[in-house]
Amino acid sequence: MRVNFTVNGRQQEADDVWEGESLLYVLRERMGLPGSKNACEQGECGSCTVRLDGVPVCSCLVAAGQVEGRDVVTVEGLADFARQRAQHGGCASGACGDDAGKAGTSLQDAQQWQSKPSDSQTGEGDELSPIQQAFIDAGAVQCGFCTPGLLVAADEMLEHNPSPTDADIREALSGNLCRCTGYEKIMDAVRLAAARQSEAV
Amino acid sequence: MDFLRPASWEEALAAKAEHPTAVPLAGGTDVMVEINFDHRRPEYLLDLNRIGELGEWEVGQDTVRLGASVPYTKIMQNLRAELPGLALASHTVASPQIRNRGGVGGNLGTASPAGDAHPALLAADCEVEVESVRGSRRIPIDAFYTGVKRNALAPDELIRAVHIKKADGPQQYSKVGTRNAMVIAVCAFGLALHPETRTVRTGIGSAAPTPVRAKAAEEFLNAALEEGGFWDNGKIITPSVAKQFADLCSAACNPIDDVRGTASYRRHAVGIMARRTLTWTWESYRGTAASTEGVA
Repeated sequence: MRVNFTVNGRQQEADDVWEGESLLYVLRERMGLPGSKNACEQGECGSCTVRLDGVPVCSCLVAAGQVEGRDVVTVEGLADFARQRAQHGGCASGACGDDAGKAGTSLQDAQQWQSKPSDSQTGEGDELSPIQQAFIDAGAVQCGFCTPGLLVAADEMLEHNPSPTDADIREALSGNLCRCTGYEKIMDAVRLAAARQSEAV
Repeated sequence: MDFLRPASWEEALAAKAEHPTAVPLAGGTDVMVEINFDHRRPEYLLDLNRIGELGEWEVGQDTVRLGASVPYTKIMQNLRAELPGLALASHTVASPQIRNRGGVGGNLGTASPAGDAHPALLAADCEVEVESVRGSRRIPIDAFYTGVKRNALAPDELIRAVHIKKADGPQQYSKVGTRNAMVIAVCAFGLALHPETRTVRTGIGSAAPTPVRAKAAEEFLNAALEEGGFWDNGKIITPSVAKQFADLCSAACNPIDDVRGTASYRRHAVGIMARRTLTWTWESYRGTAASTEGVA
């Protein structure tokens, strides 16, 4: 079957999708977006977390056919998503702006997306979302497999809860497993992103 | 495999009538796991996500009509006052990602004894609204669970909503698991005080082939509370009454040994949870009763 949906602000189409296929499979294998990780395939680990119409979900448990006409944001589009949100005062989907058609990340850009952390010496690089930069600065990335899901989940929490308590952070990230057990650094990163966000306001 | 995408409830009923083997798919948190692991290859998947009304709820005079697909997150956020037991149970479901997708209709459809919503639904008392092209009916929750992962639905029926009695007193929910998140219940217990009828209702999860009520324990407690005038005098529950209630709740279990826990552990834990939830709810009731008296 054919599925039409929005990925990172751009309209996309997937063909020959098997009826039992997950959104995760479509993203990774048909759109060439392997940022969302395939780990447990049963919703236990959160590595495949994406935003579906703004809501964080495990993409391994969403049937591809269910996203017809809907809006998906993956980790590849997170930096752009966060930038749009900052510019448009909370509306990152691009749906409420005049330049809705131009917003978003093209599939090609998303496929070639690489992290370009800002260099504290030169100040270069600006292609990371605040949460991504905070993960790097706090050393919250070890093997990196859980990182994309954590970034999407943490970014969503900070969107509606700009000054989270530690309990809030733990709860918001309770669906994301890190097997390197780097949770303390991950907590540090989210606290850092929250602190920077409040400074910026 | 065919992917059926009805745009309305009527279309969904027609599709289910035409293909009774079609597996309803809403949050996907059960069905997609089975498909991902090749445990299930249904001939038809019946996607219910396009039917907006399934994600809506209405708060009525005495009941809440909860659409089958209202995600647990929304129950926690919006219905804590009306459905406190279910809101607490919803909060123990898996993780935020899963709670954003899963709903009570899925728990009822799967009818696993470990479904987190069941003890809360049993304790609050509710009716399940099911429908087919032949018509609509309401199944009392006490008649809904018919066996391990079996329910009273006919092959052509779909779950549309659950009509849950609004809380008329304190409700509590307790669940035993190895972690605080992402965990299937070793066992669970729900308790609701119903001061209007001066009754107590219970629900036990994961400790019998189906979710069950501890009816003998309820009857004992109802009689003990009545006899001692507890509903009026608001005294603390006598420890011997609480113990007897807990023992009878344990006795209502019919558990098995499995990877998550032994039968004897489950029986023991259900007794502990029964005593604790009784204490919590009763202390809350006494607090309410006391403050009401103060105002009067």
